[in-house]
Amino acid sequence: MAAIDQSIFSPELAARFDHLVTIYPMKRSALIPMLLYAQDEIGYVSEAAIREIAARLDLFDLEVRNVLSYYSMLRTKPAGKYNVQVCTNISCMLRGGYEILDHCKAKLGVGHKGVTPDGVFSLEEVECIGACCWAPAMQVNYDFHDELTTGKVDSILAEYKAGNGKDVK
Amino acid sequence: MPRNVSHPDEVIVLKRRFGMGAADIEKYLEQDGYKAVQLAISQGVEAMPGWIIDTMKASGLRGRGGAGFPTGMKWSFVPKQSEKPKYVLVNGDESEPGTCKDHVIFLEDPHAVIEGTMIAGLAIGAKLGFIYLRGEYRYLLKIVEKAVADAYAKGFLGKNIFGSGLDFDIVTQTGAGAYEVGEESALMESLEGKRGVPRIKPPFPAVVGLYGGPTVINNAETIASAPHILLMGGEAYSKLGSERNGGTRLFGISGHVERPGVYELPMGFSLHRAIYEVAGGVKGGKKLKAVVPGGSSCPVLTADELNVGLDFDQMGKAGTMLGSGGIVVLDETVSIVEFALRVIAFYQHESCGWCIPCREGTDWIKKTLSRVYAGGGTAKDIDNVQYLAENMMGRTFCPLGDAAAMPTLGFVKKFRKEFEDYVAGNRAGTPVMSEQELVGAGH
Repeated sequence: MAAIDQSIFSPELAARFDHLVTIYPMKRSALIPMLLYAQDEIGYVSEAAIREIAARLDLFDLEVRNVLSYYSMLRTKPAGKYNVQVCTNISCMLRGGYEILDHCKAKLGVGHKGVTPDGVFSLEEVECIGACCWAPAMQVNYDFHDELTTGKVDSILAEYKAGNGKDVK
Repeated sequence: MPRNVSHPDEVIVLKRRFGMGAADIEKYLEQDGYKAVQLAISQGVEAMPGWIIDTMKASGLRGRGGAGFPTGMKWSFVPKQSEKPKYVLVNGDESEPGTCKDHVIFLEDPHAVIEGTMIAGLAIGAKLGFIYLRGEYRYLLKIVEKAVADAYAKGFLGKNIFGSGLDFDIVTQTGAGAYEVGEESALMESLEGKRGVPRIKPPFPAVVGLYGGPTVINNAETIASAPHILLMGGEAYSKLGSERNGGTRLFGISGHVERPGVYELPMGFSLHRAIYEVAGGVKGGKKLKAVVPGGSSCPVLTADELNVGLDFDQMGKAGTMLGSGGIVVLDETVSIVEFALRVIAFYQHESCGWCIPCREGTDWIKKTLSRVYAGGGTAKDIDNVQYLAENMMGRTFCPLGDAAAMPTLGFVKKFRKEFEDYVAGNRAGTPVMSEQELVGAGH
C-alpha cells in the first residue's frame, strides 16, 4: 500500500481504512465502503478524498471517479446536513409519495437535489428504498421514516432542525 | 420502523423468531440458533456437503430473489476441487420496487442469515462468505455487523467452527445505491470495487464468480431458509408448499390494501386470498384494478386474473412471474398510463447503459409514455412502445432490459384501451404526479 503520510480523514476513520483494505481477498473491494464512509465524514466525496482513497488502494484517481459516478448515493458536492430522500416508486406512489415529495419541496423551498440556503436540509426524490409495506417512506440521511403524512413530515423535519435527529450519519 | 403483521393463514417457518429479539445472539440461541450448522457438522466432515445439498434438494427450495432456481442444484454445481478459493455471497441488495422482505429478515433475524451463509459455505467448501446489503440499509448493516461480531466472540465464526476443523469467515458491507447491483454478476463486480455492470454468462458464478473463484450467490431469504430446512428436514419443508415449489416464502403486500405487511405464506397460496383475506382487501372498500404480483418487473394482472397460486410455475402459466414476492395492489383510481410511466422511469434511471437496447429502449419508452400521459400522444406511440419493449427482450447481458420490457408490455397489452383513451384526450384515473413531475417523470 502506498504510504499515507498525512490522512485527510479523522484518526478513527484512517484506522478504519487501514483495517478495511486487509479484510478482502483484493483490497480494491474496500473501495465502495471507503467512499461511503468518506462521504459520511466530509459530507461528500471531495477531490482530496478521491486522491487519498486512490492512493490507499493503488488505483488511479480516474478509476475511483469511474466507480464513484456509478452509485446514486455518492456525491461530489455537499448536500444539506440532513439529506431528505423521499421515495416515489410504485408502493410509495400509491400511498401518497408524491404528496410527501411536493410537501417537502414547498416546505423546504428547494427541488430535487436542492440544498436550503442555511445548509441544514437537502432534498432528493429517490427510487425504492425497501420500505414498501410501510409506505409512504423517506430517509433522512440513513434513518428511515415511514407511514408518512404531511403532518408527520413537519414534525420530523422540526426535530432535525432542532438538532434532535438521531443517528445523523 | 417496519411493523410486524400476522394472519391466521400464515405458515410460519422463516418468521418464527420475528418479534422475539433474535438479533440478540443469546435469544437466537434459545430459539434453536446455530443448531442447524452443528447438525450439519455432526454428519462428519466427509458426508456433510452431500448431506446438506441432498437436504436442500429435497426441500424444493427455489431462489427467493426472483429467478426461482432450485437452491440445492445451484450449490451442487460448484466444483468439489478448485484451485481458486470458493465463496458464498449473500445478495441483500434488495431493490426491486415493491420488495421489503429482506429488510425485515436482517432486522429481526440476522443470525439466520449468518448461519445460512455458514451452511452454504460448508456445502460447497468455501472458507469465506460475504453479506452484501444495499447502501440504503445502513442501519441494518449495523445490526448484521453486531451479529457477526457476536458470532465471532462466541467462537462460532473463525477458526475450527464447532470443532469441525474447518474455518469460516464472514465479511459484511453495503453498496452505494444501484438497482442493477442486485443482478448477481453486477453484484460481484460491485464487491470487487467496480461499477456494477453485468458480466456475460457463461461462465456462471458457480464456476467463475467472485475474484474468479467458484461462487454460490443467493438471495438473503434463500440463505436464511437453509437453517430451518436442515432442522425440519427437506421433505417436511417441501410438503408445506406446492408441486416443485417447496416451503413457504415472505410476501410483501403493499399499495392499496387495508393491511400492508410482510406475510409468510406457503408456496402456491391463492393470490386472491392473499390480497382479500391476508392483507384485508382493497383499502377503503374500493374496486381492485390491477396487481403487480412480484415486484415492478412482473407483468401486471387484471382483477379477473387473481385466481392463481403464488408459486413460480403457476405464475409463469398465468403469463407473469412470482418474482421477489412483492405484491403491489392498485385500486380503481390509479391511472395505468401514469403507473406504467413511473415504472419505466425507474428502469430508465437504473439502466447502467452497458447494453444499448436497455439504455436506449428504456429512454425512448419513457419519453413516448410521457407524451401519451401529457396528452400529446398519437395512436402510433402506443405501437411504438410495444415495438421498443419487444425489441429489448432477451437482447441484454443482464435481465434489467427484460425487467423494463415485461411490465411495459403487460400494461400496454392488458390496458391498451386506457392508453388509447389518453391519446383521445380521456384521462382515466386520478393522476398523482404534478405537472413538473410528469414532464420529468421521476427524476
